[in-house]
Amino acid sequence: MGEDDRGRAVDRMLDGRGDGEGVTRPAWAPRAVDLDRPSAARVYDYYLGGSHNFAVDREMAQRAVADWPELPGIMRSNRAFLRRAVRWCGEQGIDQFLDVGSGIPTVGNVHEVARATDPAARVVYVDVDPVAVAHSLALLDGDPLTGVVQADLCDVEGVLGDPVTTELLDLDRPVALLVVALLHFVGDDRRPDEVLARYRDQLAPGSVLVLSHASADDAGEHADGHVALYRRTATPMSMRSHAQVLRFFDGFTLVEPGLVPLPLWRPDGPVDGAGAAVPGYAGVGRRD
Amino acid sequence: MWAAVTEMHAHADDTRVVDTLAREWAVEVEGTSYVPMGSDELVEYLTEISADLVAALRARPARTALGHDAGRRLVQAHFTGPSTVERTLMLLGRRLPELLGEELRDDVLALVGALAAGYATTLRDRTLDEQEAIRRAVIVARHQTEQALHASEARFRAMFYEAAIGIGLGDMHGRIVEVNPALTQMFGYTAQEMRRRTVGELAHPEDLPSVWVLYERLLAGELDNFCIEKRFYRKDGEEIICNLTLSLVRDERGRPSYQVAMLEDVTERHALQSHLEYQAFHDTLTTLPNRALFADRVEHIFTTTAAGSTRRVGLCFLDLDGFKAVNDSLGHDVGDLMLQEVAQRLAAQADDGELVARMGGDEFVVLVENSRGVEQLIALAERILAALAEPLELAGQELAVSASIGIVERPVVGGDSSELMRAADITLYSAKADGRGRWALHDPSRDEAEITRFALSAAMPAAIEREEFFVLYQPLVSMGDHGMRGVEALVRWHHPRLGVLGPGRFIGLAEETGAIVPLGHWVLARACRDARRWYDEFGEAAPFVSVNVAPRQLHEPSLLGDVEQVLADTGLPPHLLQIELTERALTTDEGAPLKALDGLRELGVRIAIDDFGTGYSNLSYLRTLPVDVIKLDGSFGDRLRDEEVTNTVDERIVGTLVDLGHALGMTVCAEGVETGAQAGRLRRLGCDEGQGWHFAAALPREDIHDILRHPDARSWPGPEDVLASSVS
Repeated sequence: MGEDDRGRAVDRMLDGRGDGEGVTRPAWAPRAVDLDRPSAARVYDYYLGGSHNFAVDREMAQRAVADWPELPGIMRSNRAFLRRAVRWCGEQGIDQFLDVGSGIPTVGNVHEVARATDPAARVVYVDVDPVAVAHSLALLDGDPLTGVVQADLCDVEGVLGDPVTTELLDLDRPVALLVVALLHFVGDDRRPDEVLARYRDQLAPGSVLVLSHASADDAGEHADGHVALYRRTATPMSMRSHAQVLRFFDGFTLVEPGLVPLPLWRPDGPVDGAGAAVPGYAGVGRRD
Repeated sequence: MWAAVTEMHAHADDTRVVDTLAREWAVEVEGTSYVPMGSDELVEYLTEISADLVAALRARPARTALGHDAGRRLVQAHFTGPSTVERTLMLLGRRLPELLGEELRDDVLALVGALAAGYATTLRDRTLDEQEAIRRAVIVARHQTEQALHASEARFRAMFYEAAIGIGLGDMHGRIVEVNPALTQMFGYTAQEMRRRTVGELAHPEDLPSVWVLYERLLAGELDNFCIEKRFYRKDGEEIICNLTLSLVRDERGRPSYQVAMLEDVTERHALQSHLEYQAFHDTLTTLPNRALFADRVEHIFTTTAAGSTRRVGLCFLDLDGFKAVNDSLGHDVGDLMLQEVAQRLAAQADDGELVARMGGDEFVVLVENSRGVEQLIALAERILAALAEPLELAGQELAVSASIGIVERPVVGGDSSELMRAADITLYSAKADGRGRWALHDPSRDEAEITRFALSAAMPAAIEREEFFVLYQPLVSMGDHGMRGVEALVRWHHPRLGVLGPGRFIGLAEETGAIVPLGHWVLARACRDARRWYDEFGEAAPFVSVNVAPRQLHEPSLLGDVEQVLADTGLPPHLLQIELTERALTTDEGAPLKALDGLRELGVRIAIDDFGTGYSNLSYLRTLPVDVIKLDGSFGDRLRDEEVTNTVDERIVGTLVDLGHALGMTVCAEGVETGAQAGRLRRLGCDEGQGWHFAAALPREDIHDILRHPDARSWPGPEDVLASSVS
């Protein structure tokens, strides 16, 4: 397998969160369920030790790990940030969560974490992958305080206007919008800054944006190689810089400690230097 | 719930052992699996398991099977990473004997073995459960997708069938695979019949070759779509015109797989457009091409003929004689019938390459786009005149009609359409002037004079505004003492290119175009202003000013008001203003003009008849006119010019006119006095005033001023001088 093929494979592995299918599907046709292609949601599950995945997903994941062995650690670090951030939101009194790009609910789901603080917390999971959505629905099994919406992040009206969302969440009250490990799959051509601004405009004051993003800053040689790998693919992963990620918080006030490497966002305990060297940023901003 | 082992043998140090073990365990496994716990929670969770493990070993006999539960709890907490179990087994196998005593080593091995078995069993179950869950999710997702696909298919099928535009699907061999009802209606075939046809069979003889080139390129995958207007035949042979958009549909690998045609029937729109175009370029009354179409064709001739071409163009410009009278006396309906009949006769005379058009009103034109020479045009004009000579049967009566034709025939190169039209216009004009029912051939020299006339008349309105006109004053002299009684205001045009022009060059034009009205007003105002200055300086010695008023001005209802206004504006006493009118202006019309004259006289303005004796000269009529002065035309004086020749007849005529004038209480003024002898005779015949070169030419106002200031130094001789010289 040549380098290009590998790059494409990694790319395909990760593109399930966006519109990962080829150009042949007309916009009006429903998304097909194609098990011959890896799904980012299932690959993510695999990294986190889950078995909600197929051989094609595992194959892609193993290939990516061979390229960048720290990848599972990064994913875990990201998931840990999600847990800490949701817990923090609960402590701030936020009891409504909109988790966009929620993937396969593996373990430590948002509603589980949120309920530890407030048993009445409401959560809407959003993903574009129909399998992830079907699985989420099965897992949540009629739980009255959770809901699942199949939509793309960029379809702001589709997300906020879905009956599931409007039924569960009161958008006149603060909501935590979770956009965790998602935006690096959204290229600048899809105007993620404008998408976030549209969410921001519709969220009540006091709402927060919980965001994490892969970055090439100080990523070390593996990441350099990884970025180079992505650069040759048709839909490159957008490894944005600290300044670029910071712009997604336009209109939000970052809470302490600001936009920082993933493990350093309000860690449970002391973090050593090596543990902090994860190539990704995390931050939480409040809409005032 | 995980129950505590109650019967175990309590040991004083076990709490410390459990804490130590849990902490070390947490350090070993932290980061080897993703567990949704913070560090403290992790230690807490492992402490519970550690306590159970220690208790199991303390039991007698050791309850090593409880290790199975510990393994299960690890998986439940999602300690699923392979190195987690590896590190756990190593830690427990090494540290438990160290912490609890080497004698327990065998029990520890059994316990750890059970833990591994419990872990493996639980992980296997969990893996199978999760695999089942994810597969079930796939099935559900697929099912929903299919349902959504069916729903969207149903929607699109409905759209396909209900669409107002025709839609057809073809394969890459050009076979028609599917058509919608709109398309079958458009073509008149059933769907089945359509499906037996190929795209190639939809060709039309008028298709541009490019259409099928585009089609081939689309089939080859070089084009994704194209849009054209194309004609088709319906099943019944009727022709339809469609906007056709043909698009290529590719499969998932990008290979061309289908062609989709969308057709919109624009036949009616086309028909409407042609109809509108026809209307825009045809005259509705006669159905002949109209002026716009004619102008287009002429323009086309001049713009498309190459510089070296010998091509010639000709036209007959035709105008019915006396058509206005037909309309006025027989009504417009008959007039319209006449135009229609004439149009038909004209059209019948035109050959190929000859375009008959109605220019408007009763004007028609026949354009010969490629003239073989002037003879062809003359022959055409003769044919037209002959065709019109036959009386017309209109509304039950026989009507004669005749026309005048202006013929222009010239090379195309070196001319342009507007020049051609102007020549035709002028020539028609001269044909009419020459008499009715005839043609005139364009005469370039006549043309030039006409063009100058045209240019002058066109330039006049602007020239009035720019004050290119000025006024000279010719003294009117008392025949008794040759003193200056008045002046006649005479207008001149200082043309920027042609120099100073006399009234003969432009007054006639001004009367034709109506420019005489503003011009006459300007002269009146100018003259009154100057006269007022003289009056201011010289009082009763100041001359009156005599201003010409054209017949057209006399018909302006505002004339009286205008004069009043000018007098008021300038402050000139009315008796110092004299209005000169031609005899013709006074005798051809009655009523309104005479009323205006009465009004002027009531103001105190004097009225003079200019050029008396050249017009109708109805002497009996003269007495009814409100006139103060008659100005005898210069022709009468002509024969009195030479002192040696005496002609008693002429003298007697002038004498009679003078007597008549005097009898009616009028002042008689002789125009054109050129010699002293003339002056003497006219004085003897009783003329009161004289005007002419013998006294003075038309002079600038400054010269008049000089004469007034030095009356004795005037440049013309007194009556005594003439007598003296004639005697000597």
